[in-house]
Amino acid sequence: MSLSSEHINEASLRRLNRQERYKLFGLTLPYLVLVTALIIIPIGWLFYMSFIGRDGTLSLENYTRMLDSKAYMRIFITTFKISILTTLICAMLGYPLTYFMSQLPKKWAGLCMIGVLIPFWTSLLVRTYAWLVLLQKKGIVNTILVDLELISAPIKFVHNTSGTLIGMAHIMLPFLILPLYANMRTIDKDCVRAAASLGATPARAFWTVFFPLSIPGLLAGLLIVFVLCLGFYVTPAILGGGRVIMAAMKISSNIELYFSWGAASALGVVLLVSTLIILFLASKLVSMDQISGKS
Amino acid sequence: MTLNALNISIKDITKKYDDFHALKDINLEVTSGEFLTLLGPSGSGKTTLLMVLAGFTSPDYGSVKFGDEEVVLKPPHLRDIGMVFQNYALFPHMNVEQNVGYPQKLRGVSTQLLKDTVNEALATVKLDGLGHRNVDELSGGQKQRVALARAIVFKPKILLMDEPLSALDKKLREEMQIELRHLHDSLNMTTVYVTHDQKEALTMSDRIAVINHGSLMQLGTPNEIYNSPNNAFIADFIGESSLIPVSVKDNKAYLKKSEIFVNHSVEKNGDHLLVVRPEKLFISEEKEKNTNLFFGYVSESIFQGESQLLVLRLDPEVFGEQSLQMRIANGSDLKGKIPTVGDKISIGLRMSDSFIVEKSDVSQ
Repeated sequence: MSLSSEHINEASLRRLNRQERYKLFGLTLPYLVLVTALIIIPIGWLFYMSFIGRDGTLSLENYTRMLDSKAYMRIFITTFKISILTTLICAMLGYPLTYFMSQLPKKWAGLCMIGVLIPFWTSLLVRTYAWLVLLQKKGIVNTILVDLELISAPIKFVHNTSGTLIGMAHIMLPFLILPLYANMRTIDKDCVRAAASLGATPARAFWTVFFPLSIPGLLAGLLIVFVLCLGFYVTPAILGGGRVIMAAMKISSNIELYFSWGAASALGVVLLVSTLIILFLASKLVSMDQISGKS
Repeated sequence: MTLNALNISIKDITKKYDDFHALKDINLEVTSGEFLTLLGPSGSGKTTLLMVLAGFTSPDYGSVKFGDEEVVLKPPHLRDIGMVFQNYALFPHMNVEQNVGYPQKLRGVSTQLLKDTVNEALATVKLDGLGHRNVDELSGGQKQRVALARAIVFKPKILLMDEPLSALDKKLREEMQIELRHLHDSLNMTTVYVTHDQKEALTMSDRIAVINHGSLMQLGTPNEIYNSPNNAFIADFIGESSLIPVSVKDNKAYLKKSEIFVNHSVEKNGDHLLVVRPEKLFISEEKEKNTNLFFGYVSESIFQGESQLLVLRLDPEVFGEQSLQMRIANGSDLKGKIPTVGDKISIGLRMSDSFIVEKSDVSQ
């Protein structure tokens, strides 16, 4: 029945496999349509607009202005400075906490995790205004510090860099903790025990075994926090009080105040490209699986 | 080897987790240079005891001495023991050489000595030349060897092993059992080995400590543990056996009404179990002297390669509703042929191979 060159059922089985692949591809279709409509086309539009000058013709003026203007330079420096500082604060607060959670029995770690997640699920705006209330001149923090006579006059916590950092670190912390925790849970406790049995003091075992094994999770967390900080708008806008201008805020003011879509688009493109460059460099250091939370 | 192994003496070690007695007053002497196996089912406490020796679990009370030195209060990193973990616990961010060199580096030995000892340890476990491999490039058996090399590179006087072969396939496991035993003999370390595999324990050990429900049930050579288990749990757990309920009256054991001859004196009246090892039974046409004779019919006959397994339903009129397992080695010289299902046969068990144990609650 079968042709000499064809094995039994070969063609039908091949067709079956092909159909299976099409079905799987079909599952991704809604997402592909969405991405194309909402991301790829708008970004293309963004690129296009960034090359439109004030007179409506194609020009590079939006970019040259950025290079020439000191104000833009300052905004980029502020953006990177705030992002780096926030990331470092998150690392210093988050690493010890996550380590602690990873050593707890699962039940207790779960409770701690709820403590991390509840603020994470609370509205960004609510938390930001809450900090404003807490940290303002006559807020609860200053009142307590003055009443305890630790300080003689209220400290200016908000409407400046410190307020921005406090608020951003608080909001970003879960983004560091979640991938780091996922990573730390996969570190074999026996490895640390093995180090101890081989003669390593607890500190030595931590630095030579646990810490190196947690680096992928830490890098993933740092990267997410840093990238999110670069484009952050709400919290620096409210807690910075107009004194801390980050790139996203400048984009917004370009549009709202100056109706300068070209300038805003160019800034957006620069922010997007620098974020992509950072992601690319980071992907050389840490696998993307780690960033998406797997390990 | 100029080093002397250390003896371990364990006294009254007890550990409770809430209501659960993980270890109950364990007393155990491990002589220097001995290969001692802690054998028990999972949850028996054997691993807890090993962790107490290693210092990762602290007991509620009791004493552990290495040589003359009390170590129960010492943290693990000061105990100077080699330890091999169940899943190897190799450091994934280091290559083979760095793994094996790790304890030497901690001890601050010179670069040259570090290199020499690492190479020596790798040669001992037959991994010469693989020093630059990454850990994830190794097979299970090779990982096991690296873990072993890392545990012996600093020449500890005591080596602890927690089910080190359980992740390997059967054939490799059996090879490694013999190799580990040879290694133990050449290194002169006191070895405490944890396993739930009774055959592994019999193969490797000088002595076996059988542990169940946190208690030491019996301590003895493999021969003693197999041939004269002191309770029903061990008789059942070690090797194959059929346990036949017998009753003791006036220093004699009876199965229903027929007397069973046993190789030891019986004092306690009441319910006991006759332990019948399948390989000790033989086909016997008539009653011989000093032999227990059973008869019935074959209900199962299974070819298993090295032997034929028969299940015998004993004659209920004489013995009650009982069945016995019997093994006939492949190639054994049988007068007739191997019985098949339904055959009526009679089988003998020599008095010297017959013993009874008390029927206890601990059997699982």
